[in-house]
Amino acid sequence: IMSIFGEVPQAAPVAVFKLTADFREDQNHSKVNLGVGAYRTDECQPWVLPVVRKVEKMIADDHSLNHEYLPILGLPEFRSSASKIALGEDSPAIKDNRVGAVQCLGGTGALKIGAEFLRRWYNGTDNTKTPVYVSAPTWENHNAVFSNAGFEDIRPYKYWDAGKRGLDLEGFLGDLESAPDHSIFVLHACAHNPTGTDPTQDQWKKIADVMKRKSLFAFFDSAYQGFASGNLDKDAWAVRYFVSQGFELFCAQSFSKNFGLYNERVGNLTVVAKDQDNLNRALSQMEKIVRITWSNPPSQGARLVAITLNTPELFAEWKDNVKTMAERVLLMRAQLKEKLKALGTPGTWEHITEQIGMFSFTGLNPKQVEYLVKEKHVYLMASGRINMCGLTTKNIDYVAESIHEAVTTVQ
Amino acid sequence: GIELISFLSFFFFFYRPAIFLCFHFFLSSWWTEVQMGPPDPILGVTEAFKRDTNSKKMNLGVGAYRDDNGKPYVLSCVRKAEALIASKMLDKEYLPIGGLGDFNKACAELALGPDSEVLKSKRSITVQTISGTGSLRIGANFLSRFHTVARDVYLPKPSWGNHTPIFRDAGMQLKAYRYYDPATCGFDFTGALDDVSKIPEHSVIMLHACAHNPTGVDPRPEQWKELSAVIKKRKLLVFFDMAYQGFASGDIDRDAWAVRYFLEQGHSVLLSQSFAKNMGLYGERVGGFTVVCADAEEAKRVESQLKILIRPIYSNPPMNGARIASTILSTPELRSTWLEEVKGMADRIIKMREMLVTNLKKEGSTHNWQHVIDQIGMFCFTGLKPEQVERLTKEFSVYMTKDGRISVAGVTSGNVGYLAHAIHQVTK
Repeated sequence: IMSIFGEVPQAAPVAVFKLTADFREDQNHSKVNLGVGAYRTDECQPWVLPVVRKVEKMIADDHSLNHEYLPILGLPEFRSSASKIALGEDSPAIKDNRVGAVQCLGGTGALKIGAEFLRRWYNGTDNTKTPVYVSAPTWENHNAVFSNAGFEDIRPYKYWDAGKRGLDLEGFLGDLESAPDHSIFVLHACAHNPTGTDPTQDQWKKIADVMKRKSLFAFFDSAYQGFASGNLDKDAWAVRYFVSQGFELFCAQSFSKNFGLYNERVGNLTVVAKDQDNLNRALSQMEKIVRITWSNPPSQGARLVAITLNTPELFAEWKDNVKTMAERVLLMRAQLKEKLKALGTPGTWEHITEQIGMFSFTGLNPKQVEYLVKEKHVYLMASGRINMCGLTTKNIDYVAESIHEAVTTVQ
Repeated sequence: GIELISFLSFFFFFYRPAIFLCFHFFLSSWWTEVQMGPPDPILGVTEAFKRDTNSKKMNLGVGAYRDDNGKPYVLSCVRKAEALIASKMLDKEYLPIGGLGDFNKACAELALGPDSEVLKSKRSITVQTISGTGSLRIGANFLSRFHTVARDVYLPKPSWGNHTPIFRDAGMQLKAYRYYDPATCGFDFTGALDDVSKIPEHSVIMLHACAHNPTGVDPRPEQWKELSAVIKKRKLLVFFDMAYQGFASGDIDRDAWAVRYFLEQGHSVLLSQSFAKNMGLYGERVGGFTVVCADAEEAKRVESQLKILIRPIYSNPPMNGARIASTILSTPELRSTWLEEVKGMADRIIKMREMLVTNLKKEGSTHNWQHVIDQIGMFCFTGLKPEQVERLTKEFSVYMTKDGRISVAGVTSGNVGYLAHAIHQVTK
């Protein structure tokens, strides 16, 4: 039959999901999945936060609640409490009524709405040619989000120094300097994905200085607040610093990891503007974008987060749950480094504990990665990125030995 | 005043470049040129309704079902499904990009029927979407990227207000075919056939599967058959929007008849489904997008491309609503409860239509109100003119959209008399 779709080519699968699919099919009982970025307990199981189970039950038992449409911009009590998490309870910007938000489908959705708005309204009404800078490397979906929003010029900014396995600050600052004024920069608020390498406070100050001088737009991606250090405020330092320096900015927040609400798609685009009037006009345009994308956002996850953040005992319990996750990750980092050192694995492994958050850029090269996947059934991304949450006290020896083998066998 | 100016002049002189930039930075906003977006016409109606203090006020604007007490209705099958799901203590891991597999399967079966040849040959792909809007958006993006032989999407005149901006934003061009006949408040069958027969080959034609929004006017089966033939002749790509399956007639198979007929006739359709109304899952955002392909291999290719479209928008869809819908559709007792409840909603709407006409006659209206009964689904195109609508709102606190559309779901046995009285007053 002649088909309209006869010419539709098979698209390559999204790498990180293919990795998990391959892992699932693998029959080897030593297999370890260090791919997808989701938290796992020491039993290698997904973890629904105790506070989430509690609030879920509250919602289910409350028969006064229904499934009516949320407003286009989302649940008001979710939006405001989520923005407070990012900017701080006492944020002067919030007090000045110049902070607003759009509830979105996860962090991805927040980036999407922000990108679509910027393309239409940022610097003139056609920003298709405005450069968008993403870190080298960055989350693989950043590029697609911005290019699908119509941006034609997406460039890398230097970030990861493979040689020293740390931040290439000079390169970063250099790219900021040479960027055309008004360019858009996607910044990772904390726990950089995939490298786990964050600028220090002093380094952030330098970055902010250049951005202010050159009128560069700060679009923060905050997917790990609380998860990185275990402390919400510490993880939000960079965003709050930029706000204190007078930037108008976006912060795409995800509650997938820090609330463990991955599949409920809970996200928030926090918008900081100069004043309320500018904020309101911007939000009105974002509403139009939302209406032709998903009309209005899903209610379950937002309700859950709003109730938790707005109820003192539940908020405290949540912070505790977050700390539990962050601490397990820190423990695995410490132990992996110890074991590699004990094995005498060639190279330096300080970066394992210097890096922060869920991910570590091990520095393993593609051949070594292939060895790990094929020979040792240890699944990680071709970039050498591992998800620390995939490590447990039961598999960490095997993983350390496997890395040792890969490094000594394959160059 | 003066002091401030001297102070600023002094600073400006000495710190010119830095201050210039600081002033620019601190005083101007990136969003200065952003225009205020126009208020949403339908939401505007609800806002005005909320402000009204008249105890008899009626909101016939928004399309969400209300029970006979004017309250939102959570279906009991939904509550039961929720309890079932809660007891399973499921995790919250990401769904695949294409959504919950069980849901996609049940969603497709619901629309296409369990005996569908398309499903048996596995030559369709269904992905979970963010309700109907999300489904239409993915479809629009898919057409924009892959249906390069034609850019035009033909909508019925009128159509749901959001269709146009969705397709336009995706890069398609919008055209229209005649549909609603204001003279009869019914279907302009000859006009539709005439227009459709002239649509350039390979264009996309949007069809409302049942319960046309906003008019409530649906083609009869014989008319659908003729439309199918002309559409086939013109080699048009059919895109069905089915947001009210079960909700229109009360019978899910009857409401899906047009979709299934077109498939039997060999059309390879695109299909958007929503569970917002028929399961009352509005805010959970439950929907599906289906592409019918030539064969299973092509369906796989199309699936891979749909994922590429979805990932940069929201990565993967929300679990809660899809899990509820899937549980209902695949648990026999829940499914039969659902069928009863959706019939209940449809029957109440039909009853309100009948009561409205009865009451209009009782009021002494001599107009022909047959269309109120002939039309189907949540909405009714009353035929009221803008001035009459304005009077209804100002004098009687009855709120509806300017095109004369009412949401019958907002009518109850308690207020239908008042509504009839009000309508009669502005039309006699």
